[in-house]
Amino acid sequence: MKASAFAYARATSVVNALELLAVYGDKAKVLSGGQSLMPAMNLRLISPEFIVDIGELAELRGIVVKGDVLTVRALTRHVDVLRSPEIATHAPLLKDATSHVAHPAIRNRGTLGGSLAHADPASELPACMVALGATVIVCGPRGERRIPAQEFFTGIYETALSPQELLVAVELPVARKDSTHFFHEFARRHGDYAIVGLAAQSTIVGGQFTDLRLGFFAVGDRPLLAGAAGKLVNVAVTPEVLAKASAILGEELDPQGDQQATPAMRRHLAKVLLQRCVSRLLCRPDLQSGEPAR
Amino acid sequence: MTPVPIFLEVNGERIDAHVLPRLNLADFLREHLKLTGTHVGCEHGVCGACTVRFNGEIVRSCLILAVQAQEGSVETIEGLSDSGEIADLQAAFRDRNALQCGFCTPGMLMAAQDLLKQTPKPDREEIRAHLSGNYCRCTGYQAIIDAIETTARLRAERAP
Repeated sequence: MKASAFAYARATSVVNALELLAVYGDKAKVLSGGQSLMPAMNLRLISPEFIVDIGELAELRGIVVKGDVLTVRALTRHVDVLRSPEIATHAPLLKDATSHVAHPAIRNRGTLGGSLAHADPASELPACMVALGATVIVCGPRGERRIPAQEFFTGIYETALSPQELLVAVELPVARKDSTHFFHEFARRHGDYAIVGLAAQSTIVGGQFTDLRLGFFAVGDRPLLAGAAGKLVNVAVTPEVLAKASAILGEELDPQGDQQATPAMRRHLAKVLLQRCVSRLLCRPDLQSGEPAR
Repeated sequence: MTPVPIFLEVNGERIDAHVLPRLNLADFLREHLKLTGTHVGCEHGVCGACTVRFNGEIVRSCLILAVQAQEGSVETIEGLSDSGEIADLQAAFRDRNALQCGFCTPGMLMAAQDLLKQTPKPDREEIRAHLSGNYCRCTGYQAIIDAIETTARLRAERAP
């Protein structure tokens, strides 16, 4: 189908975009790369009256490292993330995850900020933000707000952004030298939305996790930072310890059923991912034998 | 909703037009410029039939508004075909029967040429990954991958 009619303005600056949003509020949608917004509009899932195009705002482009903070501005495209030496060095998890986002032609247009503001619970990037402990920076009529990623995602396509606000950047802590990461998702074809996925960041000392952050996606209405990770930190991980963590994970999850998978299948696959992740990060193939605990 | 004036370059030619904001680039190319080689399949970015080059990079023309293409440079399958840039790739598709109905072929050629420019000697997995966003409902893909692999080899042999 085709998008229904709307009025259009090309914002000339962030200030101008905020002025437009102040006038049109929830009647308006912000257009960045358009790789989620345009499909939704073409399918008539949404029909905004007004489109504020921020695509040409150079001030929203760029990746900057300062001290131990990596700032990725909103209009950074997926292809820019994949090519960035700063991301490869300081947030390798984000690079890995981005290679699973859709297909080359879409990664040439889609932006990090757009993906986060869209907040699809099956999307890879929100889960990375949660796993990496990112801070989302938004600008609005009352100035700037800094929102922890875990508080930013509030439901299916829902975020803490108000209709008058614009997501301008995310800040990520620079990955520690001794940190490691894991990314994997189950999908019908490479680039499709995940059936279940996991973005994880960890620190390991002497064969034990000293820190472990597990960001699951497509397991509920928003990315989940799994509390089950707590059972795996500062302990010698045995199959029993892992089984206990897996059981706790099962209780934390609230997966939806759809044409791709039942809730039970999603819960099972999340446990498979947990097992693979822990086994891989600790270099312990023995932890991956057999079925995950139910 | 009033039409918006735009100008852009399409296959090397400057185009001035007035378009409604809701018009996507694929429909602009097909309906306004009669460049019907760009196909419209799913209209939500899944099938890849509408793939064109925008400022040198492949994109989904169904997911870009014509107004967003302002001041940009678009190359369609007509442009790549007429310039001879992909003559060898097209010949390889023909030789290997890498098309049947042909609906996906413009998008496939766009994606394949994009890969070959970035990765002169891709392996079959890399070809599959780069074409993952292009559906073909006839061939089963093997012949398409063969044709691209062959083109890569022939280009490497021709290169100095």
